[in-house]
Amino acid sequence: MIARKISVPIVTVESAPFWNAARQGRFVVPTCAACGKTHWYPRAVCPFCGAENIDWRAAFGEGTIYSFSVMRRAKEPYAIAYVTLAEGPTMLTNIVDCNFDTLHIGQSVRVAFGETENGPPVPLFRPG
Amino acid sequence: MTIKGKAYIAGAFEHPTRHAPDKSVAQLHAEVALGALADAGLTRDDVDGYFCAGDAPGPGPATMAEYLNLTKLRHVDSTELGGTSYVALAGHAAAAIALGQCDVALITLAGRPRSEGMATGTTPRLRDPNQPEAGFEFPYGLTTANGYAMCAMRHMHQYGTTSEQLAWIKVAASHHAQHNANAMLPELVTVADVVASPLIADPLHRLDCCVISDGGGALVIVRPEIAKSLSRPLVKIVGAGETVKHLAGGTFDLTTSGAARSGPAAFAEAGVKPADIKYVSIYDSFTITVLIQLEDLGFCAKGAGGKFVSDGNLISGSGKLPFNTDGGGLCNNHPANRGGMTKVIEAVRQLRGEAHPAVQVKNCDLALAQGTGMQLGTRHCSATLIMERE
Repeated sequence: MIARKISVPIVTVESAPFWNAARQGRFVVPTCAACGKTHWYPRAVCPFCGAENIDWRAAFGEGTIYSFSVMRRAKEPYAIAYVTLAEGPTMLTNIVDCNFDTLHIGQSVRVAFGETENGPPVPLFRPG
Repeated sequence: MTIKGKAYIAGAFEHPTRHAPDKSVAQLHAEVALGALADAGLTRDDVDGYFCAGDAPGPGPATMAEYLNLTKLRHVDSTELGGTSYVALAGHAAAAIALGQCDVALITLAGRPRSEGMATGTTPRLRDPNQPEAGFEFPYGLTTANGYAMCAMRHMHQYGTTSEQLAWIKVAASHHAQHNANAMLPELVTVADVVASPLIADPLHRLDCCVISDGGGALVIVRPEIAKSLSRPLVKIVGAGETVKHLAGGTFDLTTSGAARSGPAAFAEAGVKPADIKYVSIYDSFTITVLIQLEDLGFCAKGAGGKFVSDGNLISGSGKLPFNTDGGGLCNNHPANRGGMTKVIEAVRQLRGEAHPAVQVKNCDLALAQGTGMQLGTRHCSATLIMERE
């Protein structure tokens, strides 16, 4: 699915709920039970209202490319991107299974997990 | 309270080396410290304030204070803001002097990433595993280059900026570097050269990226009475601003930088407008860094940066806004991967009338130095400093 080996993400006590869901194939987004807003990157303290009452909601898994860059100076070129999720926040990711020459801002993408060696899978996106 | 007019830059020194395999980082710090003190006409015994950032060996200021054998310190500050630290620290030094916390402030920067073979911009680096975002960035191969590239890509999408317009920034830097005997890249380049150079991270080409160099620099900032007792031209600090800009929980705009906040704060303190500025030093880790900061500082409207930098508008002598007349990070040097110090130093040269005659701005009495530290594409620190020749 992706030529570049994806580094194992660092899992902390704070981010464990996200990665535990990922191990089960579920892409969840942290949403504050107090103010209702979804944020990224996931944290235990809501960056918008300060409440420590985060729901890990199943995401639609859909988004659009906000910006991207194909890293050419690498053993295997890869596409890094910011994707704006249907839930609102914009997250860093890679776009995979894509044609580097037709990638564009505004393109619709869908989540697809990428395996890591002995770690939880990480959310990537592919056109679609 | 304001720092306006409360402190003067009395000494400035840039290390001439660009490759220092035979020197330690501490040694480079010491050489630039002594160079700046000699430039001011002061000695180590005069220094009662020491300022450094994350490039100084050891945590905080203690290691270098000992190495330099500074024995009169009564104020220290090791604020770490990445490459723009030294722009901010100049403001901090002025504030400390205004509060009577020190009289003679020394700021040093040095490093040797070139000798240490660091692929600074193109290798994903895991800095601190306790950074809460690390798990959500490092796996994706975020590097310095592709982070800034995403800012450029978005700016192009939103405002129609082109690679050729970005290239003009490098072309202007090369026009200045040709007169700098120490510059790593003294050759003139054209827009065609820049866009024909290999892509590093779309849309940034190799010639859109700064150099990797060893070296360093230092500043000596003093209270007015001391400045007036010395023999150097008087360069007064009149305004400073600093801030952090980040991804704000996933609600951000990659086409603006922290300069949109640090800039207006510095202009307000100085009581001047962008149109009053005769010379600018603008942090140039990449061409896009310059374009975004120029817009955010108000030298042109947001989105109009591409047109503004085109056709040599940043070239000293022919353009309306001469910038980075030492060749900047794009052509001259980027010691320790931190360009803030050299930004202030070249502004001081311009205000003193000591820039190379081919690039010296006529009647240069007001200059601005602007820096962006860390990563424009994620979280970064911005500092702005306005200086006036008296």
